[in-house]
Amino acid sequence: MSTDVLPPPPTTALSAAPGSAVRRVRQDPAWVRRTLIGLAGLVLGLLVVVPVAHVFYVALQDGLGGYWKHLTADPDTRHSILLTLTVVPIALGANIAFGLAAAWAIARFRFPGRAILTAFIDLPFSVSPVVAGLMFVLIFGLQGYLGPFLRRDGYALMPYAIAALALFVATIVYLLLRPASPRFRTGLWRYPGLTFVVGGAALFFGLVWLQQALEIWPRGQSLKIIFALPGLVLATAFVTFPFVARELIPVMEAIGPDEELAAISLGASGWQMFRQVTLPNIKWGLAYGIILCNARAMGEFGAVYVVSGHIAGQTDTMPLRIEKLFQEYNLPGSFAVASVLTLLAIFTLIAKTKLERQLPVAGRTGEGDGSTNQRS
Amino acid sequence: MKKLLTLSLLVAGLATTALAQTTLLNVSYDPTRELWRELNAAFIAKYEKEKGQKLDIKQSHGGSSTQARAVIDGLEADVLTLASIIDNAAIEKAGLLKPGWVDRLPNRSLPYTSTLVFVVRKGNPKGIKDWPDLVKDGMQVITPNPKTSGNGYLSFFSAWGSIVLRGGSRQDAIDYVTKLYRNVPVLDTGARAATTTFAQKGIGDVHITWENEAHLEVREAKGELEIVTPPISILAEPHVTVVDGNVDRRGTRAVAEEYLKFAYTDAAQEIIVKHFYRPTNEAILKKYTGKVFADLRRFAITEIAKGFPEAHKEFIAEGGVFDTIYKPRK
Repeated sequence: MSTDVLPPPPTTALSAAPGSAVRRVRQDPAWVRRTLIGLAGLVLGLLVVVPVAHVFYVALQDGLGGYWKHLTADPDTRHSILLTLTVVPIALGANIAFGLAAAWAIARFRFPGRAILTAFIDLPFSVSPVVAGLMFVLIFGLQGYLGPFLRRDGYALMPYAIAALALFVATIVYLLLRPASPRFRTGLWRYPGLTFVVGGAALFFGLVWLQQALEIWPRGQSLKIIFALPGLVLATAFVTFPFVARELIPVMEAIGPDEELAAISLGASGWQMFRQVTLPNIKWGLAYGIILCNARAMGEFGAVYVVSGHIAGQTDTMPLRIEKLFQEYNLPGSFAVASVLTLLAIFTLIAKTKLERQLPVAGRTGEGDGSTNQRS
Repeated sequence: MKKLLTLSLLVAGLATTALAQTTLLNVSYDPTRELWRELNAAFIAKYEKEKGQKLDIKQSHGGSSTQARAVIDGLEADVLTLASIIDNAAIEKAGLLKPGWVDRLPNRSLPYTSTLVFVVRKGNPKGIKDWPDLVKDGMQVITPNPKTSGNGYLSFFSAWGSIVLRGGSRQDAIDYVTKLYRNVPVLDTGARAATTTFAQKGIGDVHITWENEAHLEVREAKGELEIVTPPISILAEPHVTVVDGNVDRRGTRAVAEEYLKFAYTDAAQEIIVKHFYRPTNEAILKKYTGKVFADLRRFAITEIAKGFPEAHKEFIAEGGVFDTIYKPRK
């Protein structure tokens, strides 16, 4: 973002030949240029450099030892860091899986509803995070659709949830591992529908039996979604959902399907094609998306604020903890935690700049970038 | 994918183990964080010594109404220690509190009370002593928005009561609050935001705030601010209660009730004084009056209205007195 603010460097060097008169016409006087650059530098300094430096200044007020103590001595702060480190990888993992699948579908296939799907992927960008949080409260809250049931006998949901998840995984595995040529599809590969129905039913009834007979999930007990870890993961994953898909779609479209088609015609299975052709092509775009997604997930405040319940040492993530420490008049503590997130932001910026050079789509500026930096 | 599966099992496992040991969740409002932290530590030690059982008490703090909303939406509070009975009434309406909860614990379920006082700049340069001083020309008053903040509407009630309970008519009171809110340069949304405006941004001559917050604010300012206690102010009543809908289901009623009763013991009342709340134990309050707490007349809400919900409806809610007197500054 920083480089966007500065005006482009004057292109004088190239136009030296036609003489100074032309140059004068093509170029603003020196004082105008210097004033503009100076103003831009001033604004940048006031809005970006000074606040960031101030974060570190306050955080390090009590020295390095004090800084470390602020980060590790308070069990609630410690827990908030651990919690963020638990929530973010799960949300990130889910977003990588869904982002890859969505980008693949959108970049490689034309199907009815494709435009709508693309729009839906962008939805979390346009929805305010607070609204996103409230949506989950409306669905899982005690006054919401699923809340009363989850409260009464939430674990009864487990066989259904696990069976649905397993079916989803099985579909992906099927698509990835199925031999490319019908000639090699022997045994069960020949009857995918039957296998899915029989296997799915067996799994589902097996799970129901586990629940009914062995009671591996407690009966009549509430399953907490919001005001607990699952809610935090859901909210974070929802808000950061577009990053991976958004980065991958243009990359995949730029590369085109030719190499993949070649791989398939040479007899590669889905997995072989993905592992040896697709992944090497998109790896920088993927890394870029993951880094942005990670930064945003760690800094997420609005949606998480609504679904967290603010239980200290249980559902407070790092950004929420920063706010609390600040309100407790514990400025060094609050800024110490804030500095960790700031360091992450700086690291993200560096990694982002480095990765941009590796991307196959030259000179591209992702649509999501601007909002990323403002929000995280 | 495998990770997700293991995770869901893990979550299930965690939820079950969490139920094996006794945990309580105290849902409270923002400024009581330090108070309950100390009360919790004292109670956990006592409980372990007497019952030989480990106990874990979690705290959740936020804006009082936000917290009430979360409890209504399923935050599993065993114990509520919110700022105002208005929030408890909302939870009662959702069916989580049994009617009559307010009389279950001593003193109408009030182990401590509070009031509103003034914080002024060092040396009290404007000579602020009493409510009428706040409407002088050129005075800048900082207090949060009555619509969004407990501190905000208590400020309004205090101002109102300071007129009508000292011989003024209703019209006098309306004139007074009109002038008062004309002197408010910014209406912050919450108590801590107003504190930041006054103490850190240095805006305003006087800050109307919770007594306990005032002490913290003055301590943080390191000699730049001081407290002025007016002769009359409102009696703030942060009720405490066990949440019937949750404790009965979780089987924590006995320990939750014991926990709240502990707040009435002498040891707990001393801790309450340490955090500048006024204890309801008369003897202990008397011991500290004049030392920690200045003497003043604290009037109950019932002296100016039927109760907090009715007062809120008459003065603050849509179309109430506040709407007719307050015009935002241009």
